[in-house]
Amino acid sequence: MNVQVTARPTVQSPATSKLAIADGDIHPQRNSYKDLFPYMEARWVEMAKTFGSRPRQAYQAGPAYPKGQPNASRRDAWPPEGGRPGSSLAFLQKQLLDENNIQLGILNPTGDNGSSFQNREFGNGVASAMNRWVEAEWLTEPRLKGSIVVPYEDADAAVAEIEKWAGDPRFVQVLMVTRTANPPGQKQYWKIYEAAAAANLPIGVHAFGFGGYPVTGSGWPSFYIEDMVGHAQSSQSFLTSLVIEGVFERIPNFRLVMIESGFAWLPPLAWRLDKIWNRLKQETPHLKRAPSEYIRESVWLTTQPMEEPQPREHVLDAIDWIGWDKLIFATDYPHWDYDDPTQVLPMPLPEQQRRDFFFNNAMKLYRQV
Amino acid sequence: MSLLEPGGIDCDIHPAVPNLKALHPYLSDHWRDVVVQRGVHELESIAYPANSPLTSRPDWRLPNGRPGSDLDALRAQALTPFGTSLAICNCLYGVQLLFSEDMGAGFARALNDWIAAEWLDKEPRLRASIVVPMQNAELAVDEINRLAPDKRFVQILMLVMHDHPLGKRHYWPIYAAAEKHGLPVGIHAGSAYRHPVTPLGWPTYYTEDYAAQAAAFQAALSSLVCEGVFTKFPDLKVVLLESGFTWLPAHLWRLTKFWRGLRMEVPWVDRAPTDIVRENVRLTITPCDGPPSPEMFQRLMEHFGSDEMLLFSTDYPHWQFDGDAVLPEGLSRDLVRKIMIDNPRSTYARLTETVP
Repeated sequence: MNVQVTARPTVQSPATSKLAIADGDIHPQRNSYKDLFPYMEARWVEMAKTFGSRPRQAYQAGPAYPKGQPNASRRDAWPPEGGRPGSSLAFLQKQLLDENNIQLGILNPTGDNGSSFQNREFGNGVASAMNRWVEAEWLTEPRLKGSIVVPYEDADAAVAEIEKWAGDPRFVQVLMVTRTANPPGQKQYWKIYEAAAAANLPIGVHAFGFGGYPVTGSGWPSFYIEDMVGHAQSSQSFLTSLVIEGVFERIPNFRLVMIESGFAWLPPLAWRLDKIWNRLKQETPHLKRAPSEYIRESVWLTTQPMEEPQPREHVLDAIDWIGWDKLIFATDYPHWDYDDPTQVLPMPLPEQQRRDFFFNNAMKLYRQV
Repeated sequence: MSLLEPGGIDCDIHPAVPNLKALHPYLSDHWRDVVVQRGVHELESIAYPANSPLTSRPDWRLPNGRPGSDLDALRAQALTPFGTSLAICNCLYGVQLLFSEDMGAGFARALNDWIAAEWLDKEPRLRASIVVPMQNAELAVDEINRLAPDKRFVQILMLVMHDHPLGKRHYWPIYAAAEKHGLPVGIHAGSAYRHPVTPLGWPTYYTEDYAAQAAAFQAALSSLVCEGVFTKFPDLKVVLLESGFTWLPAHLWRLTKFWRGLRMEVPWVDRAPTDIVRENVRLTITPCDGPPSPEMFQRLMEHFGSDEMLLFSTDYPHWQFDGDAVLPEGLSRDLVRKIMIDNPRSTYARLTETVP
């Protein structure tokens, strides 16, 4: 997030600073593929060593849009004992959990996690290994809960992975990314949503990923900033597809959490979908209610990267329109655009709203109460 | 709805080419031969399926022919009922979708000559946009230079989705010509379908295709700002047509936030994107995608931080509203006047050059 010296936030009272925090988006990082090898079948270890991940993008070692910072990380997040930001549980406990009084942190192992490799069999093996790695090396910390990495382009394999972990209370959601290879409301993905709903787990869909198509309908943009801003458009497309294909109608108990895409785009999207649906509803007879109703009922959003209008108070309108019960505060640690819980809402707020935003909503959504 | 101001300027209406044959007199011998010998089909884009409810208001459909294809009907349906003094014709015939650059240029030329002869010559309240072959910037500039002396052409027309993001240098010759001639660049909903309209592939339903237009406009705006188009061409005006507009504040909040964090990547963007867009970009008011209450609309207008950005439009013959309820409820008389008269006049300099 940006800290502007021209608009200093109001000083937080000591009572406020002791607020318990739930963080809806923390990124544990591997230092290298080798960290996963103990959890992978031998054939996949060989594949990783010989051919690598082969994501649906150009480079072996990093994204085609160079990030804003090394490893897209906060400069101060490199662990003192060495390794990549987000790779040390001990340092994460100290720098993130203890310092911010985070009582619940949701781990989202995004990145090179197998969920959309070109070689699906190999991807399935890597996704599986990611979950075992998270279980063994991160969930020893009780404040942290896991998201199940699933190879969502292979629905059967994704369902098997969900069923493997469904009974384990340390895993609290199923993880996808917004840049799917096909519109995510299409039938090929429904099994995944059904399995998640059956296991009482929300689908957490994190911005990013490599689906293969350009991030805009007019081709590939030049800059990282456009790619980053574009995740809000990808998220709009993701949600539109789920709504219009009727996933919310067809699958009771389907809950969706949109992660790391901001949130202020949602009200105008819901208004637009209602308007278009009203005109074109004969095309989608499977929808029984207005799009905005499905969204209001079943969609949550994590807050980071939180929109920062001038004046900052305008963002409260967006939250009012979405619903104060639907936002889950998130830091995105250890990434460079981290949002700091003491500064994201620098205005006076009713205590209950503040507590819901920073803690209660996440505790309820992830059934921690 | 808010009451309309008499003498309004409608910045987005769509006269339709009745059929390809209507362009024959305006095509060169070569392209006319091609049409006949190769059996070229009609160039109606899938962006507006003929019988989709959105494509035409029921009471604006014609007994014979495509909605918007008849001048008398257009006078009676689009001009008179709204007290319109001037209306800008944005012809959506799919000449920009052809893969051949030369064919695109040949057909754009015919389309523009057809608009001038069949519509502008016959109805003094009409103005038009120059349809340019986006396939090739050089050919597009030739077409702009050819028509710019005719002051009834008040804008250059592009589609929001084509081969490349619209800020790319590929398109800069078009923007240079626009700035030189004092023509705004109008970017209209629609796609050449070179890429799927969503970043997640081809959607199942037309409903999704139309919804995706708003995201495409967001991406186009990011591209124009980040590539530095408004730094290079500070006097360029861009008008977003049939774009929806309620998404704009949230998009600019996000774009400006990331600009603060990443401006080292685009150092030529020397002001906050919010400020650049407020100065250089305008949006037509139809379709108005919510919000559901006048109070919320009021809040949204405060988020805009400007009453100079919205331009009146009916989007005729598309079915975006019923009766004369073009404008959302709760607009002040002052704001209605700005939207219907002052803002269009200050956006389109040529309107005041051609009207006493």
